[in-house]
Amino acid sequence: MNELSRAVSRNSLLLAGFAVLTAALVAGTFLATEARISQQRRAAQEQALRQILPRAGYDNILLDERITLPRGDPLLGISESTDLYLARRRGIAQAVLVPALAADGYGGAIELIVGVNRDGRIAGVRVVAHRETPGLGDAIDPDKSDWLKALRGRSLGNPAKARWTVRKDGGAFDQFTGASVTPRAVLKATARVLEYVGENHERIFASAGQGEAPEP
Amino acid sequence: MSTPGYRELAVNGLWKNNPALVQLLGLCPLLAVSGSVVTALGLGMATCFVLMASNTAVSMLRTVTAEAIRLPTFAVIIAAAVTCTELLMQAYRYPLYEILGIFVPLIAANSVILSRAEAFARRHAVLPALYEGLMMGLGFTAVLLVLGALRELLGTGALFADMDLLFGAAAAQWKVVLFDEYPPFLLAILPPGAFIFTGFIIALKNLIDQRLAGRPRARAEPLARESKRVRVTGAMR
Repeated sequence: MNELSRAVSRNSLLLAGFAVLTAALVAGTFLATEARISQQRRAAQEQALRQILPRAGYDNILLDERITLPRGDPLLGISESTDLYLARRRGIAQAVLVPALAADGYGGAIELIVGVNRDGRIAGVRVVAHRETPGLGDAIDPDKSDWLKALRGRSLGNPAKARWTVRKDGGAFDQFTGASVTPRAVLKATARVLEYVGENHERIFASAGQGEAPEP
Repeated sequence: MSTPGYRELAVNGLWKNNPALVQLLGLCPLLAVSGSVVTALGLGMATCFVLMASNTAVSMLRTVTAEAIRLPTFAVIIAAAVTCTELLMQAYRYPLYEILGIFVPLIAANSVILSRAEAFARRHAVLPALYEGLMMGLGFTAVLLVLGALRELLGTGALFADMDLLFGAAAAQWKVVLFDEYPPFLLAILPPGAFIFTGFIIALKNLIDQRLAGRPRARAEPLARESKRVRVTGAMR
């Protein structure tokens, strides 16, 4: 072996040694934190869901009662697998939490969760992720304004489907100063969720949860 | 190479050779997460921690690592430090981790960290390297913090909102509203504001340096020809 190949093989071994060592370190940290991370993630999800439905309205553990849609649904704007959560009181399904994507936001897709009561009225809407302009479009953020609260109690028919948009377009809801694309996208996505729940009402509210998807 | 004293290391990291204001390194996270005090402090502390860990590891291994493969070695060390930090942050400060998002893993790409490994840690003993990492990290965090406070105050009229994400539930009361009914000042919140305020902070630092030197820097001797491109502001040495 000449000097060059000796240097190369020594360095490769050294580098491989480093890789193994650091991988072991990362793996150790991962194992030590894994349980806590999944617990934290669950708590954060539960927290987000609780902001839509008041805790008094149900007595089950939301995250444990899900209906999985393996291929999403075009009405929800989602094409991958997604989960609906059922809220029950004394075993009876009271409301469903439906994730939805409004692809036509000003800064890209807006992720929502819409809570719909058994009677078709909205329990609450929450924006989970968005990239709308700070100060203009971000009034959909519950921390920034109360705009989303105006949707509570509404349903398809109150107002009529065609009026589920901003006032500028003849709708029933306020736009924001300087931003109508964002609220329009949220309103239309919410209306589509109501439509979805209406169409699948029996399958959702009769479902035992946790089990199979209501096949469309 | 002789090791500089601890005092000199501190002055260098915090002021004279401040990574954000003089070396102008790590500007991407600096600009992206300085929208509020809590995000600025969160990322600053994470960066500081990674910097200390990587400096220590690089220094500990300085006799083993061959010159030819030092950069890949540093990269592996830094990546491991960042991944561990990311996991710990998820385990103990999950909501803050969610807000900082991609900028936590991106600490691995923060040029401050590689530059300290290359320029300092690999040539010095463990303790000075650890201390140097701490000081550089604190210097970086301090700039982030000033920028975050400025932008939060001018952008939203309040300070220290959401501090409970970092310091637990008791800190939820720390929010100080300085101006009621403050209309959000978009320029401060959006990225251009970050650039502009960073510029002002650099200018202020240079002004203070000039005052301390007792004469206008502009009249000082012309820049040396061989001056390095990486030091863009402040005195070239």
